[in-house]
Amino acid sequence: MEKRVRFKSSWLPWVLVAPQMAVVLIFFFWPAGQALYQSVLSQDPFGGSTEFVGWENFDRLFSDTSYLASFKTTAFFSVLVAVTGLSVSLLLAVMADRVRQGAGIYKTLLIWPYAVAPAVAGVLWLFMFASPMGVVAYFLRSLGLDWNHLLNGKHAMTLIVLAAVWKQISYNFLFFLAGLQSIPKSLIEAAAIDGASPWHRFWTIIFPLLSPTTFFLLVINVVYAFFDTFAIVDATTHGGPGKETAILVYKVYYDGFKALDMGGSAAQSVILMGIVVALTVVQFRFVEKKVQYA
Amino acid sequence: MIERRPGLQILSHVVLLIGVAVVAFPLYLTLVASTQTAEQISRSIPMSMLPGTHMLETYQLALFGGKTSAGGNIPGALSMMRISLISALIISIGKIAISLLSAFALVYFRFPFRNTLFWMIFITLMLPVEVRISPTYAVVSNLGLLNTYAGLTVPLIASATATFLLRQFFLTVPDELVEAARIDGAGPMRFFKDILLPLSATNIAALFVIQFIYGWNQYLWPLLVTTNEDMYPVVLGIKRLISGEAYTEWNVVMATSILAMLPPAMVVILMQKWFVKGLVDTEK
Repeated sequence: MEKRVRFKSSWLPWVLVAPQMAVVLIFFFWPAGQALYQSVLSQDPFGGSTEFVGWENFDRLFSDTSYLASFKTTAFFSVLVAVTGLSVSLLLAVMADRVRQGAGIYKTLLIWPYAVAPAVAGVLWLFMFASPMGVVAYFLRSLGLDWNHLLNGKHAMTLIVLAAVWKQISYNFLFFLAGLQSIPKSLIEAAAIDGASPWHRFWTIIFPLLSPTTFFLLVINVVYAFFDTFAIVDATTHGGPGKETAILVYKVYYDGFKALDMGGSAAQSVILMGIVVALTVVQFRFVEKKVQYA
Repeated sequence: MIERRPGLQILSHVVLLIGVAVVAFPLYLTLVASTQTAEQISRSIPMSMLPGTHMLETYQLALFGGKTSAGGNIPGALSMMRISLISALIISIGKIAISLLSAFALVYFRFPFRNTLFWMIFITLMLPVEVRISPTYAVVSNLGLLNTYAGLTVPLIASATATFLLRQFFLTVPDELVEAARIDGAGPMRFFKDILLPLSATNIAALFVIQFIYGWNQYLWPLLVTTNEDMYPVVLGIKRLISGEAYTEWNVVMATSILAMLPPAMVVILMQKWFVKGLVDTEK
């Protein structure tokens, strides 16, 4: 829908968009272009020589077992975070939608973790699982499980998944709650009159109607797991033990800034860009139909 | 909800209470740990879950720094919190300001390349800063902006979430208002200041909450852009406390964590209505 009424000026709009365009050009397009450019170069990290190597960086990446492993790790991590996060939040949202008293208080109490920085969330969970004084670690050990996230890859992965999910619960919860509240009550009442139990009503009516929200949250959670969780990994496991929790974004950081492999890191960035763009396009295409202007 | 099912009501409350407890548990532990001393924490296995008596000293240590009983040196968190505050404010206010201007231009004017500019801005939504760290770092470094507030904040203003949201909102403002303003002889900036801005107040508040939290919680970007520890935001400072020494002063770490969580949490709770609106609207 287009506005029909406009102001006439030949210079004012340019002045108005100038600040935004300046920032976007300098700090977005120029670096993004640089990343694309660097990904087809091989650079001496100390600025000695650069040579054009075409696809070589990409080829090297795809035959590098640690990069492919990182892909697998990231995929595994995102699926875990998304599925666990969505299930828990959906359960909480459904319950919050049902209760007749105290809904506001529950809501406030459940959304504050959004304010917690991922880095801080990582530190908190690390503390609970740290040996020897970590409360949860002690509890697990008393059950016979020898918890050691510094040595055991699976434990390390569990730790970062827990921290990541904990932080996302509020976000998912809010969206699910909003989604649930926009379902017309008349539909549910009609089903109740027909004798459907709450369980049945949920799975045949509510859940399908919630699917746009669910899909949207799925994409958001995957993007979150891909990128915002860098801080969690850096604060807790540093990609370890070995490389078992080195998610893709962590590898980009490590290769670029610690291992000084500029070409490889740039190529990885480009691949990540491709993934994000694909995810965003998918989400936009699917959700766009829902957007309406007054 | 529809029928009276007391059993289900009780179940719902139970589930919610468990949820709240699980969510709050790490926070509770953090609080408790910040009231004990480092020796108490490392010596008792597991850490005692009851509040200790050393709250004031621990927080004093965390805020202002100093020497600890184990001989470690703690940099105070107060200056880091100031850095976080200033960065978060610059990011949120800066982003909102330039977005108001460009959204206004994009919706209310017709000029060549308008659509191209809009798509350029839209693309920035797709790539978070984590995807372009190396080259953005190079740009910031070349501009001499390392270890400055500008370097910390401006690259994060580049993404257009606010512009997009404001544009969506402006499109819903009735044309009649613009016409009325024109009939009264008001120019575009008059209209912007006297009519559009007041109408956008709730959206601006919502954006402010989200962007403030976003700016405060930044980790990767400050990690790269600051080499000088004096410019560390508090979120980064916490990490430094863990990895620095062989002996981690957990009580100080936990106290600093609480301090780091406080401002965003207050913003969320005090501005909850706008926060929810901001989240739900930003993603449409």
